[in-house]
Amino acid sequence: MPSKTTNLPHFVAPVEETPLVAIDSVKVDEKPSNLWIDAWRDMRKRPMFWISAVLIVLVVLVAIFPSLFTAAAPNNNCYLQNSNGGPTAGHPLGFTKQGCDVFARIVYGTSTSLSVGILVTILVAVLGIVFGAFAGFYGGWIDSVLSRLGDIFFSIPYILAAVVIMSVLSQYRNVIVLALAIGIFAWPSTARVLRAEILRVKNSDFVMASTALGVSRFRILVRHVLPNSIAPVIVVTTISLAAAIVAEASLSFLGVGLPSSVMSWGNDISQAQTDLRTNPMTLIYPSIALSITVLSFIMMGEVIRDALDPKARAQR
Amino acid sequence: MRTRRIGVAAIALAAAGALALSGCSTGGGSGEATSSASSAIITTNGSEPQNPLIPTNTNETGGGKVTDSIFAGLVYYDAKGKPVNDMAESIKTDDAQNYTIKIKSGEKFTNGEPVTADSFVKAWNYGAALDNAQLNSYFFEGIKGFSYDENVAELPGLKVVDKTTFTVELSQPESDFPLRLGYTAFMPLPEAAFKDLKAFGENPIGNGPYKLASKGAWEHNVKISLVKNKDYKGGRTPKNGGLDIIFYASQDASYADLQGGNLDVVDQIPESALGTYQKDFPDHSVNQASAIFQSFTIPARLPHFGGEEGNLRRQAISEAINRSEITDKIFSGTRTPAHDFTSPVIDGYSEDLKGSDVLKYNESNAKKLWAQADAISPWSGTFQIAYNADGGHQGWVDAVTNNIKNVLGIDASGAPFPTFKQVRDQITNRTIQTAFRTGWQADYPALYNFLGPIYGTGAGSNDGDYSNPDVDKLLKEGLAETDTAAANKKFQDAQVILFKDLPAIPLWYSTVNGAWGDQVQNVQFGWNSVPLYYNITKAE
Amino acid sequence: MAGYIVRRILQAVPVFLGTTFLIYFMVFAMPGDPIIALFGDKTPNPAVVAQLRERYHLDQPFIVQYFIFLGGIFRGDLGVSFSGQPVAEILAKTFPVTLRLAALAIFFEMVAGITVGLISGLRKGKLFDSSALLVSLVLISLPIFVIAFVFQLVFGVQLGWFRTTVGFGAPIQDLIMPALVLATISFAQISRLTRSSVIDTSGQDFVRTAASKGLSRRRIVPVHILRNSLIPVVTYLAVDFGTLMVGATITEGIFNVPGVGRTLYQAIIRGEGPTVVSFVTVMVLIYLVVNILVDLFYAVLDPRIRYAK
Repeated sequence: MPSKTTNLPHFVAPVEETPLVAIDSVKVDEKPSNLWIDAWRDMRKRPMFWISAVLIVLVVLVAIFPSLFTAAAPNNNCYLQNSNGGPTAGHPLGFTKQGCDVFARIVYGTSTSLSVGILVTILVAVLGIVFGAFAGFYGGWIDSVLSRLGDIFFSIPYILAAVVIMSVLSQYRNVIVLALAIGIFAWPSTARVLRAEILRVKNSDFVMASTALGVSRFRILVRHVLPNSIAPVIVVTTISLAAAIVAEASLSFLGVGLPSSVMSWGNDISQAQTDLRTNPMTLIYPSIALSITVLSFIMMGEVIRDALDPKARAQR
Repeated sequence: MRTRRIGVAAIALAAAGALALSGCSTGGGSGEATSSASSAIITTNGSEPQNPLIPTNTNETGGGKVTDSIFAGLVYYDAKGKPVNDMAESIKTDDAQNYTIKIKSGEKFTNGEPVTADSFVKAWNYGAALDNAQLNSYFFEGIKGFSYDENVAELPGLKVVDKTTFTVELSQPESDFPLRLGYTAFMPLPEAAFKDLKAFGENPIGNGPYKLASKGAWEHNVKISLVKNKDYKGGRTPKNGGLDIIFYASQDASYADLQGGNLDVVDQIPESALGTYQKDFPDHSVNQASAIFQSFTIPARLPHFGGEEGNLRRQAISEAINRSEITDKIFSGTRTPAHDFTSPVIDGYSEDLKGSDVLKYNESNAKKLWAQADAISPWSGTFQIAYNADGGHQGWVDAVTNNIKNVLGIDASGAPFPTFKQVRDQITNRTIQTAFRTGWQADYPALYNFLGPIYGTGAGSNDGDYSNPDVDKLLKEGLAETDTAAANKKFQDAQVILFKDLPAIPLWYSTVNGAWGDQVQNVQFGWNSVPLYYNITKAE
Repeated sequence: MAGYIVRRILQAVPVFLGTTFLIYFMVFAMPGDPIIALFGDKTPNPAVVAQLRERYHLDQPFIVQYFIFLGGIFRGDLGVSFSGQPVAEILAKTFPVTLRLAALAIFFEMVAGITVGLISGLRKGKLFDSSALLVSLVLISLPIFVIAFVFQLVFGVQLGWFRTTVGFGAPIQDLIMPALVLATISFAQISRLTRSSVIDTSGQDFVRTAASKGLSRRRIVPVHILRNSLIPVVTYLAVDFGTLMVGATITEGIFNVPGVGRTLYQAIIRGEGPTVVSFVTVMVLIYLVVNILVDLFYAVLDPRIRYAK
């Protein structure tokens, strides 16, 4: 059975001795392979993708429509007589020290925390990828300028930055300002990790091959180098999603977070800290919500990472 | 009790202690292993003094704890806040305006200099002079000749009569002047201090019950080591060998150290342990009243809070706050609901002054008063209380605003400022557009100290710009009164007016929360919430 | 090589100027008057405030203050804190403590993170891998102050394994617990990075080649897989070292470590410009040196990376 195409010059053995297996055949009716389409094909076959996708959709739904998930109005019915009370009908997780419904606060805090996490992650990823990729790939003076700029931002203690930003913009202490305060000084670490990985990858054979083929430098960066060095960035950014949500709690702890009237997991955790000895569950519940969210994003990151990496795909 | 790694360290310490004993026991060493009760070092919590250790420039508790231990003024306060002569032989006046002060002879600073009338007069002049910009300069305001406009090197109101006598002339009668003299600002300074005050502030020479263990005993941000001053002969003679004040940035850390046996006494309990510390340290803890008054102020310049409408709204807000529930649930009983504008530990305090009902939770009356105010001009907007987020105020502010929200049906919330200086700045410049947290810790145990500096027209800490001529008149009359009971009556009458105007809304009195380990005895806390360290004994 | 290092050191100058300027600007921009705050709840007299402001040059415009500070640096004078202590002395006392704490924390997270990451990567999807994910999830979902309190309560107070706070002179045995707490934050990052990198490297041709050459796993894993997986990990460790030098505010507070984080935070909160800027300056210098070292180390880890000229 002769192959319809003839562009397989490396087949030196007689055809009948080496039966064609699926991998070796080329499907002509399909478009040329595309990294992202391949990745998607691969991902949708994996249960981990679907589990994390369902979880993320659920968290996003809670964030957008909190009232669907709890009947209690969270911020207008805190009565001190319920202070630190255990679970009762309609209040499955009990009450905080202020007598607020723990479950309702978690549900209503989702949108704030998720927004902080996602905004910071996007900010860090975009700035980190742009700076890291250019610095690592082009090297020379571009590297010097971009890396030193990163050094300046990195050297500023983020608590100082947060205090200043949150104080100067105290009228606008909202999610966006907070995300800015956390993210603007966090991107250099992502940039440095990516830069390091690119320094390694840019000397690989396939990059030299592309260069030899006359592919433009920028195209090599975007099409070949970046996808092959993105794995550590995915790892760092998915975890920084968690770090951002937690950083919000730490800033609240230091008094420069969101105002206490804003419901967020960070605020809940920070307020519950003083009840660690007497009513630890008020701290543990929001932390669990945080864990589940982070887990779903880490799993998703893992799936994407695997899907983007042709070698990891082939292993299975 | 500990693991091997730490066990080795403990043995090493014990050995060091034994060496010290066989050699010359000078009260130094670890403090854990010394056996003689009178030479044992007491360890306690403190915070890094924010300024050099000069009495007239020390106005916060971190530095105050040290200066009060190493200096002795004319009087000191006993546990009840009663002034007892320390360096003073006698303090006499006939008119509450002219005082003659005699000093005990034979008292010495630790460098051998005698304590004389000059030691006091020079120190006070230094503290009062504008050019020196001392943080406590306002304490000398009352002395004749004091000025904020020009530098006065020597106050005409202070005159040295002889080596041990000096006179003080005030610009108006102030009967509680002798009560103030135990405050840090009024401590004497040796001649040596004026040679180089900068160096002196680092290694102060005092005349108090304790002295610095050595030059450089102040290890910045770590601790300060004090030892007994054998020359001190006053009523505060230490029953222990010295005092190690260890600086903590967080109350949780000091409490953990008390639990871990690394500290003998702590005078602050972190919020996280308020509910449990009395169980953690049965018979070794206190929760007693102190001279700290907490409130929040709604300035009359805010919209809806001026005139008759403002008074109605203030009363409504005051009656909407369930003080006892908040002190119980949020503070685990470590605050006492307020009944007046002063403090229960002060002479002249009364729980049932006329008009104090406005401090009682009364939901229906609060609603009624609020409706009356609405009839004058309908309410709009959010009611906010500003506070500094670095001071642990969030819990009660949230609870109070929840009360207001639930009772009055209006929107209310806390307005946190990240740092103390930021909120203080706005309060001082009168730019703050919300109600704000206020509080007062007495400098000296007298009713007037809780009233005059805060509610007198144009007074230094009158942050709400309150002004009522009737109150001013009563305060002035009370000050001029030489009989304490009659003076206190005037101050109580002034408070009756304050209950109507509510220039500040009283919330509660703080209590002293402290605990100590098994190894120490005779721990007693003073009126100003600081343990009477000199009385503490430590056995081995 | 030498030329490369010289160039890098020269680049430190603009970074230094940029950072100090930015910091000075931020401290200056921070609302609130540090002098008024010195008086606590009591409202000071304006005349006294004006006197004090002059003493600390706070009455000068921002740019003048910055140049007064820069001038001081070149004369070797970093200024004095509000409590009258020379800033240079504060630096000399706090940096060694924090340096030790950071080094210890880095050591813990390196050992634990790389070990766990390597095993997870080699046994992807197995029980160990999933449990490691779970543990790191728990650790990153809890803010550091919670972890610190729990450690202090359990290992310090209840079990008595460690001293509850750090004692005088900050001996190493007291620093173990805070270092462990600090290491928990980055453990997740390090172990996940190592894992991801190990998986990536394991699929590389040279590893397969090594395996087909008949090399034992014992040799392939450390020499071929681990060494080639370390670049992102080492980078992250260096970044983290920088963070730890300055960002351990909360942990240092809870364990009462007289280090940089605690002191710097107090200075920030109190608006002590010279102290803040001096700290950050030293911090920048340390960070620059670490970065140069790391960049040089890349070439050791991966022979293909060369610094030309």
